[in-house]
Amino acid sequence: MQAETLSGGFADPAIQSAQAFRGVMEAMARPGTVRSISGATPPAPLSGAAGTVLLTLCDPDTPVYLAGEADCDAVRGWLAFHTGAPLAGPSHCMFAVGTWDQLNPLSVYKIGTPEYPDRSATLIVECTELTGSGACLKGPGIKTSSALSVPEVQAFQHNTALFPLGLDFILTCGNTVAALPRSTRVSEADGATEVSSCTLP
Amino acid sequence: MYVAVKGGERAIENAHAWLAEERRGDKSIAELGIAQIREQMKLAVDRVMAEGSLYDPDLAALAIKQARGDLIEAIFLIRAYRTTLPRFGASQPVDTGAMACDRRISATFKDLPGGQVLGPTFDYTHRLLDFKLAADGEVPKAPQRDAAAGDVPHVTDFLNREGLIEEAPQDDTDPPDLTREPLEVPADRALRLQALARADEGFTLGLAYSTQRGYARNHAFVGELRIGAVSVEMDIPELGFAIEIGEVALTECETVNQFKGSKTEPPQFTRGYGLVFGQTERKAISMALVDRALRWEELGEDDVGAPAQDAEFVLYHADNIQATGFLEHIKLPHYVDFQSELELVRKLRCEAGADQAQEAAE
Amino acid sequence: MTQYNFAYLDEQTKRMIRRAILKGLAIPGYQVPFASREMPMPYGWGTGGVQVSAAILTPEDRFKVIDQGADDTTNAVSIRTFFERTAGVATTTATSDASVIQTRHRIPEEPLTEKQILVYQVPIPEPLRFLEPRESETRKMHALEEYGLMHVKLYEDISRHGHIATSYAYPVTVEGRFVMDPSPIPKFDNPKLGDMAAIQLFGAGREQRIYALPPYTKVVSLDFDDHPFEASKADHPCGLCGAEESYLDEVIIDDAGGRMFVCSDTDYCERRQAAGHVGKLGGKDAA
Repeated sequence: MQAETLSGGFADPAIQSAQAFRGVMEAMARPGTVRSISGATPPAPLSGAAGTVLLTLCDPDTPVYLAGEADCDAVRGWLAFHTGAPLAGPSHCMFAVGTWDQLNPLSVYKIGTPEYPDRSATLIVECTELTGSGACLKGPGIKTSSALSVPEVQAFQHNTALFPLGLDFILTCGNTVAALPRSTRVSEADGATEVSSCTLP
Repeated sequence: MYVAVKGGERAIENAHAWLAEERRGDKSIAELGIAQIREQMKLAVDRVMAEGSLYDPDLAALAIKQARGDLIEAIFLIRAYRTTLPRFGASQPVDTGAMACDRRISATFKDLPGGQVLGPTFDYTHRLLDFKLAADGEVPKAPQRDAAAGDVPHVTDFLNREGLIEEAPQDDTDPPDLTREPLEVPADRALRLQALARADEGFTLGLAYSTQRGYARNHAFVGELRIGAVSVEMDIPELGFAIEIGEVALTECETVNQFKGSKTEPPQFTRGYGLVFGQTERKAISMALVDRALRWEELGEDDVGAPAQDAEFVLYHADNIQATGFLEHIKLPHYVDFQSELELVRKLRCEAGADQAQEAAE
Repeated sequence: MTQYNFAYLDEQTKRMIRRAILKGLAIPGYQVPFASREMPMPYGWGTGGVQVSAAILTPEDRFKVIDQGADDTTNAVSIRTFFERTAGVATTTATSDASVIQTRHRIPEEPLTEKQILVYQVPIPEPLRFLEPRESETRKMHALEEYGLMHVKLYEDISRHGHIATSYAYPVTVEGRFVMDPSPIPKFDNPKLGDMAAIQLFGAGREQRIYALPPYTKVVSLDFDDHPFEASKADHPCGLCGAEESYLDEVIIDDAGGRMFVCSDTDYCERRQAAGHVGKLGGKDAA
């Protein structure tokens, strides 16, 4: 077993996962806010934030899909050792992790059922940048509007149209995290990045 | 002057201290030991293990002592403890055919391979208070015979050979786990049996009795009732085979139920099943009757609207820990809700009064 | 209680609850099933709220527990003590000092901030339960957005009494989609549910449901054009602090029908009194 497999977990799981979860929860509750979370040092190509989210939320009850480059021996071994999460394909996973391009197409993931819309996948999207600027966000968790650097707009609009079904997204970059639940309405910003430039109703 | 109800913390501490004192009772009387409860209150221990879903006679005895003999409170203590335990894995299904039977009776056949073994039962005792027990008399030793060699086959297997009873379908899929997943309806039989195995004995008894009195009557015979120890085996991945990790006492009841056939099934006998930790035969028989009643849909029977046929009703109300908690919570303060109701009733009365006054004036 | 994990629950249970909380936040007002555990307090006594609190608390938190608005009622004391022992968190009775507030049947008078989380204890999470006892049916009704039965029930009240005869646990519509039970808060508190700066989490232990309102969620109490929703309270000022706008408890003070009205939110009332506000019966013999 590689030393990399055994290291990089939480030193104090109960405390660190509690702190990390609060970061993720705040991000999910307030779409557009970018927060730092820490605790995990996963093998490449996973970011620290993505690794921390996996350790915080995944275990033997949650099939995980490793997309693209994330599906490597180092990550497989690390995830298995620290979480015990079984690996699955995109259509059976509860969590998926990878870059936007590698996670696509989104149509294969579970979006829940009308009676159980919660039985849908959560996608952990590794981003090259993550800032509170870019596309305009409105919806629950947002006072008037907020902004977030999203990989694309149209896919999120399509996802929101499925509400209450749909996917939920956790965006990660380095040690930062943001989230886009299915309830968030995303639109292109009007040229500028200021939140006031939003054009959503 | 009115002072907001302060000092909740001290009140609680004092109540706990008083409770501990009452639990001990008169100190001139010897204190009850855990081993005494385990050995001499065995059926209470068995019930606590069964409905607490944790097989540990010492802990069950401790819970009974702590709960002052209130068995539902003891079951609650065991359940709350159980949830904190790590889970190492699932055992192999136990083989009740290989049970070392203390008791094994069939009501459907006078004699059968393996024999009728009455065992330590209250059944034919005359319910007369035994004042000798009050004078702590020594018990004479019960006669013994050598244990019969070999397995004791299930009665329903004999019927099965003739095709007179429905096949018990083999199913190797992992059963759902009620304690790890939220209850979801409709529930399959594995989940229903799991819920019934830890259901309140009184509730299950009442439902089973209702089926006998005609609310979804299913004409049950006790095909077989057996009580005894079975070994528990678990696969050890590192070894590549299963090893015995211990032994549990179980009560198993298989009922044979009359069945005239339905739109989908030929006339044959059908099955009800009960399996419970410990020596708990009232519960196991009740469970088998309720299990059979809940199977109306798969057997193509009519829904006659009986409570015991209603899986959602049975499963959502059979757990005594859920039931007692919610029932007793009405002791908690409800000033706020009550206040809003007071205002509403006053308002409605006030308007009703105004209406009446107006009508009188007209 | 060192033999137990931080905040009592084991990590796997916390992860399961945390996942449910995230889905709840993503689908505001929808009840997420979760495998509620037996807690060391009875079902019906706040086990849902306790499990949610246990899953979100960190050692940096400052925790407040209220029951009926009060910090010192026995069950609030019991739950607060539980978390002091198992999570070692700091506790407070001051609403503004708390980062996590667990509540039964009230929303604090003082507006909450973005730094706070409000955790509700919920007895019956299903707003349609008293109209349709079957979970299999109510789940379909939510899926199909079939809420006609609820409107019929409320309208029957109006035709019989001239009013909607629901005074607490008054149902709301969340973001125009899910009808939600706000737990048995008086309807006086309903207007605070919407557009709140704090995260609101709802836990129903016995019924195995978690649901949530993210901050600034649109929450509308059900009503009719000709009978708009009305938040009501006793038409008195607080006898101790003189507050005109707070929810009041009625307290019987003698056996001749004498009574007084006092704030149900004890922290709010004490702060007002400390700031010099005095009600008619404050500081002198009421009886």
